[in-house]
This record gives sequence, structure tokens and C-alpha cells, in this order.
Amino acid sequence: MISLKGLFGEKSAPTAGSLTSGFTSRTTAIVVVVLFATTILASAANLWLSPDSPLYVSTYTITLLGKYLCYALLALAVDIVWGYCGVLSLGHAAFFALGGYGMGMYLMRQIGDRGVYGNPELPDFMVFLNWESLPWYWLGMDQFWFAMLIALAVPGLLAFVFGWLAFRSRVTGVYLSIMTQALTYALMLAFFRNEMGFGGNNGLTDFKDILGFSLQSDNVRVALFAITALMLMLAYVLSHFIMCSRFGRVIVSIRDGEARARFMGYRTERFKVWLFVYSALLAAVAGALYVPQVGIINPGEFSPINSIEVVVWVALGGRGTLYGAIIGAILVNYAKTRFTAIMPDGWLFALGALFVLVTVFLPKGIAGFIEQRVEAMRGDSGSGGDGGSSHKQQNAEGASA
Amino acid sequence: MTVLDATREMFRRDQVWPFLVDESSAVDVSHNMILYVEGLSVSFDGFKALNDLNLYVKDGELRCLIGANGAGKTTLMDVITGKTQCDQGSVYFGQTINLLQRSEPEIAQLGIGRKFQKPTVFEAHTVFDNLELSLKADKGIWYTLRASLSSEDIDRIDDVLELIGLKEQRFMQAGALSHGQKQWLEIGMLLASDPRLLLIDEPVAGMTAQETERTAELLTSLAGDRTVIVVEHDMEFVRSIARTVTVLHQGTVLAEGTMDEVQNNRDVIEVYLGEEAGEEAGETA
Repeated sequence: MISLKGLFGEKSAPTAGSLTSGFTSRTTAIVVVVLFATTILASAANLWLSPDSPLYVSTYTITLLGKYLCYALLALAVDIVWGYCGVLSLGHAAFFALGGYGMGMYLMRQIGDRGVYGNPELPDFMVFLNWESLPWYWLGMDQFWFAMLIALAVPGLLAFVFGWLAFRSRVTGVYLSIMTQALTYALMLAFFRNEMGFGGNNGLTDFKDILGFSLQSDNVRVALFAITALMLMLAYVLSHFIMCSRFGRVIVSIRDGEARARFMGYRTERFKVWLFVYSALLAAVAGALYVPQVGIINPGEFSPINSIEVVVWVALGGRGTLYGAIIGAILVNYAKTRFTAIMPDGWLFALGALFVLVTVFLPKGIAGFIEQRVEAMRGDSGSGGDGGSSHKQQNAEGASA
Repeated sequence: MTVLDATREMFRRDQVWPFLVDESSAVDVSHNMILYVEGLSVSFDGFKALNDLNLYVKDGELRCLIGANGAGKTTLMDVITGKTQCDQGSVYFGQTINLLQRSEPEIAQLGIGRKFQKPTVFEAHTVFDNLELSLKADKGIWYTLRASLSSEDIDRIDDVLELIGLKEQRFMQAGALSHGQKQWLEIGMLLASDPRLLLIDEPVAGMTAQETERTAELLTSLAGDRTVIVVEHDMEFVRSIARTVTVLHQGTVLAEGTMDEVQNNRDVIEVYLGEEAGEEAGETA
């Protein structure tokens, strides 16, 4: 009996962390606490401090932070399929944009008769195109719950059909990446057409309210930021549990040896489709939260370069570690905000240079570097509590924008 | 066929409707045979990898397959495990289960385990996790999402760890194991899945003499409860474990029998040592 007990004890701890080094309940706790603290502090500093205070956080910064967190959620989605399952999707921005369009349609209907043409029923661009009535797929989008359902169902369904066809035919590697790229490109071309009824190349914009609250007010901005942070935390914790379950270990097995997993009796294509749909849903949530904060969604969001950028964030942050994706997304976007203010044309070169440097000097990304430091510190002092401080530093950099 | 005949056919009393047949039922070995391979042909771009191959394996047997490179040993395993589609022929697992209609995961769940030529273990997982994933259990998505280990599972994994001598390395990443240890781990993964039929491709490649000896002991001890088919090039090893040996050549069975019978078989000598040796052997015999 005693030996059995010991076994259980031994078992539970290492299994949780055995997936990839450093991916433990502790890192999840740290990520959640840091996100929570940042959200609370930034929101409080915006709402209750006077604009003269040195600690005041401007509404612009709050919106910027909210945008970064949306990107972080998108990066998390890409990391789940790429880092854990080895499916390099170069089309995740498509799911993000579809989620965004779902939210955008709802926000368009919320404008009502306050548009330029004052038509209570039709959005401005439809009046401009001399359309008589709403196309069928715009019906019901004035209901928030229905619009959100569509914003999730459409990307989810697309991911399911695409994944089912691709994975069942055993398309992998570079071919799959090219197909995902083609998918997002095709959607971009389609959404550019005025006849599609999504505002053509102007997209959907000029939003007024969400659920009756003005999008311009500070309170709504802070609330959107807080909801984004909350969704990111939920997605993180859920992904943590999925990746720690036996399912998650099967997913990693598929990455490392799909044929072997198949000969062990796992229907790998089903596992991959399931994970792909889950990841697409996370991307759609990120897109739906992104649109009210930036105030516009247009077909440019589908452009292939966007999806590739997400992959660069994940690679920089460290693939196969959930927190690495978040750090990567926040850092790169912070750098982008800063860099494009100084030298707008140089950003893509800077991004390329950053990517090359990180690949050469930090092959496991920032997360790998952090883990190395933590282990070195543990080796020196024997205390394990230092993982958090380097984390906080990373996040503080992002938050000081 | 008249309507009456069709109705009669439909309500025949000596058989049940096809959709009522329990597909997942355990393998039927009432005739003491577990694997029937008949008239199997596979060709790749005109090259006949298997050519009208017939092979019958008894339940509980330890069978060695030998043959030169390109004789079709691995292709045969690919067909049995569902990886390769065949052009002609039939492969039955027991009396009732047609393996050609099944996919790789289905075949694995029926209890056919396979070890690859190159050791393939999941390097990012610990030894323990590798074994846990191989356990005989529900392999569906919902089950794996909430699966936890029962004490029987842990006991089973411990037994396997003991058997393959990796008790010390249980929480080590499989990628950090030596080549021989990986081979053992892969055999352990097969054992954890509790298969009826094991297909083992070159188990002792890259092993030391001592490891080879232990592998031989292990495989011999497995036969009886399970059926084991081993593909191996190492003749010493085959001699040490084999009761029945099947020699493949250019996709067909060249000879079958005990090791001594096979070694003295004229066709085998001809193929292995060339025409002249065959003639010499024929003269001396």
C-alpha cells in the first residue's frame, strides 16, 4: 500500500510538467496573476487618477493594451496548433478576421439611423450601393447573442471543414501551410468585392455603440480591455488543462511521430481537426474583441502577411510554451508601435532582423531563454521563486507603452 | 431474382444481417490460426513488392521472417497494419476480421501492435508517458480529455518498466535514452498495449550482445500468450529464438520450416549464396 501511495505522489507532479519543460501549473498561475494585476492596475490608473498624475494611464494606452491582448490571444491560438501539434497554419488571421467581421456586423446594425444617410435599416455602404434591403446573412445580426454565435460558428465551421478535408487526406507540412495561406488569400479577395455585402475594401467602420454603451467612453474602453484580459486568462487556463490531459500528450505525440500514434490506435486526424477548430475559435474570439477596440475591420486583416506575422510572434516568444506566445505577441507589437512612430517604412526590416537574431541566438525563443535563466538561478541559490520576476519584467515592458 | 427470392435471401435463418454482426468482437481463433494472408500482391509503380504471397500464422506462435533487402518483409507488415493498400489478396485476423477494410488505428485497437525498424518513441515525453499513451484503453477524444490513471494502469506500467529494465529512467525524457533503451522502450510500449499479435521489425539492430540476449529471452517468453512475428537480419539472433522461419524472396514465400530445414533448403541456398553454391549443395545432398 505504501509503495502505491508513493507512486501516486511521484506521478502527479512530474506528469503535469513533463509535456515541455517549464510548462507547469506554476507558470499558468504566474501568467494569470500578472495579467490580472496588470488589468486591475491599468484600469484603476485610468479611471481614478487625474490626468496630471504621473501614474495616470491614458485611454489611448488602455486601448493599445487591449489590442495587444487580442494579438496575444491570436498568438496563443497559433501556438496551440503549431507549437504542440506541428501544424504550421499560415492562415489563422482568417479566423481572426471572420470573428471580427461577425462583431463588426453587429456594431454596424447598432449605428441605426445615425449613419451619414440616416437609413435606420441599411448600413451606409449598402445605401451607397443602392441596395433595397438587407441581404439574408445580415438578418438577426442586430441581436448581440446571435451575432456572437455567428462570429464563432462561421470560423469554427470553416476550420472544421478545412481541417477535416486536409487532415483526412493526410496533408501535412509545407503543403498544409500553403493551403492555409491560400485560404486566407481567397477570403481576402472575396471580402474585397462590394457584391459580398461586407463593405468592400472599406470594410465596416464608424461604429457608435456596443450593447447601448458608447464606444468612445473611457468606461467602455476599460471594460473592453478587462474583458479581453479575462478571455485571455480563460483561454490560457483552458488550454493549460487541455495540454496537460492525456489528449494534450497525444497531440504532442502526433507532432513527433504521427505514424506511431496511428499504430497505437489513435485516430490522429480527428485529434488534429478538434484542435484546429479549438484554435480557430480562440482566434475568432480574439478578432471579435479586437474590432470594437480598434473601431474598424476591413479585408486587409485577411492579408497573408498578417498570418505570417503571428507565426513570427510565436517563434520569437518560444513555440510550444503557451506563455511564450503571449510574451512574443506583446513584445513584438510594442516594438511595432514604437518603431513605426520613429521610422514607419523600416518596420518590416526590423521585424525580419529581429526574427533572424532570435532564431540564431535564442533558438527556443524568449521562453526558452527565461527557462534557462530560471534553471541557472535555481542551480545557484536552490530557490525556485524567480520565474515570476523575469515574467513581470517582460510584461511591465509591454504595459509601459 | 424475384421478390420472393429476395425476401428469402433477406430472412435466411443461417446468418444475421450484416449490420448486426458485431465488428468489434474479439478475434476468433477457433481454428488455432490467428493470421491468414492469401494471394497477396502489392506493386509500386510496376515493381512487385509482394507477389501472390501466402502466409499462415498459428495462435501463440513465434515466427521469424527473413529475406534479403527488398524481399517484401516490411511491405507485408505495412499491409497487415493497414498502412499500405494491396492490389489483390486477403488478410484475415482470426476467422472473421478482414484487416484490409480497416484503418491503422482500428487495426491497432484490434490488438495488433507494431514496432518499427527505426526506434520511434515520443522523444518529448517521459518514458512513463510513452507507456501511458500506449496502454490499452479508449483512444477517443473525449475519453483522453478526461482520462486519469487508475492504480491498475500504474501497476501495469510498473510491470512493463520492470520488464524492459527502465525503472530508473521512468521520468527521463525518451529522447535522452540510448539507442538500445529506445528499442526496449518501444517494445515496452507494445507490451503495455496488451496486443494479441506483435509485429516486430528488426528488434536488435544497434543493440549490444548482452541486450540482444535479453531481447531474445523477452520475445521467447512472450510467445504462447501472444503471437509474435519478428523480422530480423541477424541470423544468430533468429537461430536463438526461432521455432518456425519463413524466408521471403522477391515478394513470395521461398521456404518455411525450422531454422535447420530452411538453411539446408536448396532454393534458399541458391538465392542467398548464388547459383553455384546451390548446385554444389545439390550435388552433396
